[in-house]
Amino acid sequence: MRVTVRLFARLRDLAGSGELVRDVEGPATVQSVWKALVAEMPALEEYERTMSVAVNADYSRMSASVSDGDEVAFLPPVSGG
Amino acid sequence: MSVPLIAVATGALDLQALTQEVTGQRPGDGAVATFIGLVRDHNQGRRVSFLDYEAYVPLAVRALHRIVDEIRQAWPDTRVGVHHRTGRIEIGEASIIIVAVSPHRANAFAACRYTIERVKQIVPIWKHEHFEGGEVWLEGATADPDDESARAAAYRIACA
Repeated sequence: MRVTVRLFARLRDLAGSGELVRDVEGPATVQSVWKALVAEMPALEEYERTMSVAVNADYSRMSASVSDGDEVAFLPPVSGG
Repeated sequence: MSVPLIAVATGALDLQALTQEVTGQRPGDGAVATFIGLVRDHNQGRRVSFLDYEAYVPLAVRALHRIVDEIRQAWPDTRVGVHHRTGRIEIGEASIIIVAVSPHRANAFAACRYTIERVKQIVPIWKHEHFEGGEVWLEGATADPDDESARAAAYRIACA
């Protein structure tokens, strides 16, 4: 199945793109999408402890399941205001 | 002109328009508190040239709605509006405006302060700081809207 991965701020810079389309094996979770991404781009791994995640633009958890066509976002610590 | 109560977008912010929107049609209101966040020329010893704000817009809007809901629970007589600007913002320009309206000043001030504290905790927006000699992504709080201790901390600050 196919998911869209969204990356922001420094994560986006590290990956060189804010939007990636990836084929992942089902059944998938946010965690398995992340693991596949880190295998591809090890520099991202340092964010695992501090990032937040979202599925289809709603905050989610690493354990949440992911379906075909979902948008999975990985968010560094926020600094708005 | 009517503006939304919540917005995350490029373009200059209009405090007067937002104030008008939040205060409209409620003769029982007696207090308006506003907050304007400005881009300043220094940060952590660096001379800042400008900030470039990035947002995950649909989730940022959703998180701001959540904050508005939290305020409705904490201060039922109080209403807020929040506009956050994105993209490049120059020194002295506003990055965020907040308007809180209530029958009495205590709740208006508290809701205004609560909003900015919660924005810094859970709204997916990032500052890319451009300073003399380089650039850096600023990273603050790990966003977790279900973290009740963070929410309680924002409430304590708001009511201090």
